[in-house]
Amino acid sequence: MVKQSVLKFLKIIFLISVLFTNFSIVVGQEKEAPKLDMTVNKGVIKPISLAIPSFIKESGANSIISRELAKVISNNLDGTGLFRSIPQASYVSTPLSFNSPVQFDDWSIVNADVLVVGSVGLKPDGRLEVKFRLWDVSQQKEIGKGKKYFTNSESWRRISHKISDTIYTRVTGEGAYFDSRVVFVSETGPKDNRTKRLAIMDQDGANYKLLKHPPSLVIAPRFSPTSNKIIFTGYETGKPRVYLMDLSSEEITALPELKGMSFAPRFSTDGNQIVLSMSENGNTDIFITSLVKGTKRRLTTNSAIDTAPSFSPDGTRVVFESDRGGGQQLYIISTEGGEAKRISFGKGRYATPVWSPRGDLIAFTKIKEGKFHIGVMRVDGTKERLLTTSFLDEGPAWAPNGRVLMFFRETPGIAGAPSIYSIDISGRNLRKIKTSSFASDPNWSQILN
Amino acid sequence: MKNIGLVILVILLLAGCENNEKFKNSLDTPQISESDIEYFQNLVGDTVLFTVDQSGLRPDAISILKAQADWLKEKKFLPITVEGHADEQGTREYNLALGARRATAVREFLIAKGIDQDRISIVTYGKERPLRVCSNEDCWSKNRRATTVVGKKIVE
Repeated sequence: MVKQSVLKFLKIIFLISVLFTNFSIVVGQEKEAPKLDMTVNKGVIKPISLAIPSFIKESGANSIISRELAKVISNNLDGTGLFRSIPQASYVSTPLSFNSPVQFDDWSIVNADVLVVGSVGLKPDGRLEVKFRLWDVSQQKEIGKGKKYFTNSESWRRISHKISDTIYTRVTGEGAYFDSRVVFVSETGPKDNRTKRLAIMDQDGANYKLLKHPPSLVIAPRFSPTSNKIIFTGYETGKPRVYLMDLSSEEITALPELKGMSFAPRFSTDGNQIVLSMSENGNTDIFITSLVKGTKRRLTTNSAIDTAPSFSPDGTRVVFESDRGGGQQLYIISTEGGEAKRISFGKGRYATPVWSPRGDLIAFTKIKEGKFHIGVMRVDGTKERLLTTSFLDEGPAWAPNGRVLMFFRETPGIAGAPSIYSIDISGRNLRKIKTSSFASDPNWSQILN
Repeated sequence: MKNIGLVILVILLLAGCENNEKFKNSLDTPQISESDIEYFQNLVGDTVLFTVDQSGLRPDAISILKAQADWLKEKKFLPITVEGHADEQGTREYNLALGARRATAVREFLIAKGIDQDRISIVTYGKERPLRVCSNEDCWSKNRRATTVVGKKIVE
């Protein structure tokens, strides 16, 4: 590690950690296993140490924003578990101007691996100009090229998220996910008389907002691929039915062509189709509706419960749960129909499968011996790994980069209530997302434009 | 002294009346007529219970549903909605589907017992509307239920 670039080191550590967890079940048989770093073998990662001074204030910028920009970035990166911000109080110097030469000795003395230098200025037209550069302290060179953003002053948090994404992708080699939002259900009131409201927030819990809709029960909102709409299940007519909401106008329309009771909707990656389940005469099956043509077609005809469908990213297949074999298990079916293929075979019940945006994994809820787990498996059902366990963990949702999951955890008993958590697919870094009410049914947007 | 005696007598009489009322109430509820919806809810029984992850009608459910059908036949003008519920031990979507199965099982039984099918709509609430809030079998067994709500009709 001594002379190795921090960037390479971290990429390797990250890769090894992911590989290791993937192969952990068969570690004895894997040829790669003996090469693994012992610290990784114990499931411990040494986080990259990050110095991020308050952004340099230029031409009329607000000093609160210059501090907060840095704070939001360090919160994002620390939250991954792969970075650890050095407290600002221990810095021996701070950059005086954006272009002044970096005093690398000042940063290596506080053991910084990576340094972020940023600035914020106010343009005459009222926009903020935010710039940043990323430095490898031990190599004394810049990582990637500096970036510059313009935004209205209300949107400064989004710039923090975009900068966080750039740092994260440059250092780990993984896809971005900070500049994204989460739609979920806000819950208030006692357990036997809950009020449920659709709500939206940034992935870090900021900009929490309740959405407008009739007071009747709402369930499981999900984003459209362009994140400008959500689809959800509502009880406005007295029975569960699928509705679309335009997020800019908060206007709600019922999905046409649905009789019976419909629920568990999700968009296709192109945004033109909705897969959902519909219950008629006590039998719940999977259907695909076309938002463009307004048509509906049946995908499954089994007399068992077929529900919780999710499209593959390429739109050719649907993963869903069914109790056709006796208990709840996961199945994959072509969007053209035909025979469904069972992919889960372990003990217990498998539910709520969600296809990773990268296409490589299926996340699911597993119920086994009275405990609930969030897990992932490959699309062919192999390499199953359970990431969490509790009284009730349910409803995984993928981050846009397919490397982090959110889900909700409900505590037991009279005062039992749900909260949203996130976890890496390595099984590390379980974190509770702070919300101002109880919260359930999270769904993660794509990276915003 | 006389007056005081009278007051005591009156108080004793009043207390006696009150006790009598209480006693009567605990024996039966004569003020509820058989045709009241309250009678259906409490004395016929508007709710049947299910076994874990099952939607088959148990013997205790069947005897309640027979009584429900008899009562409902006399009330031809009242619409009916059967609400299906599940306990918290399942996932949200599965429990919605399970609640639909339970409500359908009750609806089909009532139809078989002569209730006009057009009167009966169904709705599932899955685990969204628990009756009891503890997290053990005491409560779960009461939450795995289907309730026949008289006078409610869901517009399709």
